[in-house]
Amino acid sequence: MSFRAAVVTFPGSNCDRDMAVALEAVSGRPALRVWHGDADLPERLDLIALPGGFSYGDYLRSGAMAATSPIMRAVVAAAERGVPVLGVCNGFQVLTEARLLPGALLRNAGQRFICRTVALRVENTLSPFTAGYADGDTIRIPVAHHDGNYYADAETLDRLEGEGRVAFRYTEAVNGSARDIAGVLSANGRVLGMMPHPERAIEPAAFSSLGGADGRKLFESILANVAVA
Amino acid sequence: MQVRVLVRLKPGVLDPQGRAVHHALEGMGFSGVEDVRVGRLIELDVADDTDHAALTAMCEKLLANTVIESFTIETPGAL
Repeated sequence: MSFRAAVVTFPGSNCDRDMAVALEAVSGRPALRVWHGDADLPERLDLIALPGGFSYGDYLRSGAMAATSPIMRAVVAAAERGVPVLGVCNGFQVLTEARLLPGALLRNAGQRFICRTVALRVENTLSPFTAGYADGDTIRIPVAHHDGNYYADAETLDRLEGEGRVAFRYTEAVNGSARDIAGVLSANGRVLGMMPHPERAIEPAAFSSLGGADGRKLFESILANVAVA
Repeated sequence: MQVRVLVRLKPGVLDPQGRAVHHALEGMGFSGVEDVRVGRLIELDVADDTDHAALTAMCEKLLANTVIESFTIETPGAL
């Protein structure tokens, strides 16, 4: 199996290398690197990853400018064909601005940038990203964001919950997110946006000071999903 | 043509920035401030024949995120 993942870099992305390192560590294959100005993605992708950072300096709104960049037209088209898309932190913000995921990420309720490892409950174990976790697993993943306060209207939140599209939930209030939502899935389950950084939590437990290894299963799940498909 | 677009958080969407400013005003001794909401003013210089539909499209596709924000467009006639 030759796993093919692409990591998109926008001007101001700063977790793109971490994402590429995580993907290579888990898959044994180097991730393909794509620039925001590219019009096309590489062919036959098994995953597209939108990394964290501060694309375009967070001008206008976090993720708003990146969502209009040429590569995002290709990402939207690929997502519509069913290629799995993972957006982490700023990548999540870009996915909501591109309307691949519902809702929006507001300024943290406490106004402060939050940088620490938090506990998440895995709420969906059926998606290609979360199939390796067990129902109700609690995992520890670092967050580092200023605009991570998930907002959607009550009707949308009810729909997300009813359709099992809340992938991860904070086990305690972190940033003011509606219903403590930390990650959401698209209707077909193949697009995941999450504020916490699984790519920062792929090292064995001996390195728990670096975030632990609970994020590793997310990448292993994607790989296993490709092997089955 | 000078156009002003006023982008505001929708009612009911929490505005931590507005709340912090509100708190600061009270801390400075200003009384009677009931609420503060912070929005964004965007000034555009556009061709005179730019129609309202085009301006609305700009707002809906980029200048405002209609999930959380509302917008009003002020053209010279309306100023």
